Amino acid sequence: MLTLNNVEVIYDGVILVLKGVSIVCPEGKITTLLGANGAGKTTTLKAISGLLRSERGDITKGSVELAGTRIDHMRPHQIVQRGVVQVFEGRRVFEHLTAEENLIAGAHTVPDRKRITERMERVYQYFPRLKERRYQQSGYLSGGEQQMLVIGRALMSEPRVILLDEPSLGLAPMLVEEIFQIVQRLNREQKLTVLLVEQNAALALTIADHGYVMENGRIVLEGAASALRENADIKEFYLGLTEVGARKSYRDVKHYKRRKRWLN
Amino acid sequence: MLEALDLQFTILLLSNGVMIGLMYSLIALGFVLVYKATDAVNFAQGEFVMIAGFVAVGALTVAGIPLWLSILAALVAMVGFGFALERVMLRKLIGRPIIAVVMATIGLAAILRGLGPFGIFQGTRPLPLPLRDEPFILGPLFIPPIQLLGGIVSLVFLAGFGYFFLKSRKGVAMRAVADNQQVAMAMGIDVERYFGLAWAMTGVVSALGGVLWGNMLGVDVNLALVGFKVFPVVILGGLDSIPGAIIGGLIVGLVENLAAGYIDPYVGGGTKDFAPYVLMILALMIRPYGIFGKRIIERV
Repeated sequence: MLTLNNVEVIYDGVILVLKGVSIVCPEGKITTLLGANGAGKTTTLKAISGLLRSERGDITKGSVELAGTRIDHMRPHQIVQRGVVQVFEGRRVFEHLTAEENLIAGAHTVPDRKRITERMERVYQYFPRLKERRYQQSGYLSGGEQQMLVIGRALMSEPRVILLDEPSLGLAPMLVEEIFQIVQRLNREQKLTVLLVEQNAALALTIADHGYVMENGRIVLEGAASALRENADIKEFYLGLTEVGARKSYRDVKHYKRRKRWLN
Repeated sequence: MLEALDLQFTILLLSNGVMIGLMYSLIALGFVLVYKATDAVNFAQGEFVMIAGFVAVGALTVAGIPLWLSILAALVAMVGFGFALERVMLRKLIGRPIIAVVMATIGLAAILRGLGPFGIFQGTRPLPLPLRDEPFILGPLFIPPIQLLGGIVSLVFLAGFGYFFLKSRKGVAMRAVADNQQVAMAMGIDVERYFGLAWAMTGVVSALGGVLWGNMLGVDVNLALVGFKVFPVVILGGLDSIPGAIIGGLIVGLVENLAAGYIDPYVGGGTKDFAPYVLMILALMIRPYGIFGKRIIERV
């Protein structure tokens, strides 16, 4: 179980980005973190994976715990060794390495060669297309293949918790669905705990067990995914539906603007 | 008769060019290793070579240590120097604009040239290696033993490091670090450790270069000038390519010797020193990323 308790993050010593964020990711569940651009979702993930410090950010209050041990203030590679790995948004493959070399680099924290080959076979099972492309330079793979590669690369480190940052970004709807299905399978078959950051709220809430909504560095709403799907504010502002459930018409927008209340 | 002599002369220039070129490749390798792993352009590469020469000569003549131990001392000193430099100076510059690192290495170069002689070396010191003076004669080839040794050592280390980068897990990790530091960090790669390793590897190469070039040129502050030849080599071959360093080194070695042999008699000498740079500028105009350098991948 991964827990954030009242985490505050400050960049550059002055810019307050997270204002007391508390999130619980239960073992073996998919938790999703929704929110608009600049809400602090990615910062939350970086606070967990220890990558804030490379960007001059720091956790100034609160704690991050993995199964009861505090992991804030650990170095990034120590956090990966403990089984938490982050997948960046925007398909950041090692462009000049082949697909297979990307996977080998992902297994950097695994000492045993045999385990790496086993692990690689498993990744190829989930992403058969990567096996076909294994010797190609990854900078030239298609967008969908690159997204599969970065997820596969993260899996190479034998994680217990994977932090996925907008895997749907810039991909065709069919590919997005394929990738989400694979994430769901990984969660079910490998008992992988997932923290999923998404803008595509509709899709995220269909595969997640639990969800959080973030605005301006705060959690404004949380609940079971099924409950969030029915929440009036979520429907209005994230799913683009009116209260009646019909698709929203832009003719009405000016007429009455609903205020966010974030009531459960 | 004249024709035969001409041919002989050309062959001599070519073989000399190849051997010297490989020795340039060795020093360029030090530059490439650092650039490949850390994206830093090391303007102090020549000074690294010079310091290694001073350490070897100092151990041999001042401290009176046997030759093989002196070479070992140079190796150890340069590896330590590489690690220390990364730790003390360059780690602070991680995440800063690349120009900061460049300026730092230029400053370092000046400091090393100033302090390098340690106040005990005046004039040029010889660095004798137990090699015979007469060249090996292979058919039409005349190869001085030091050049042969230099060529072989260069090839062995170029191949060794090439294999390391291509096949070993540490090599893959190092390339990953070069490709994208932040992502490498997220994959659990201790980026700073690999930076240190890259600088230490440069230390090894510089130590060998210092001994070989020190033997050929003698050890003094001017030994650092060898470092300037690194730039045409790496621009021609590609800043981050080991095969590129070999090819670039060979081209520079050959161009230099051919210019010295065929153009110098007409213009009164000195073309050897700038001919490679003419080529470098031409190369920059035609292929800015070098012959083997990695292109920036842009997918549209």
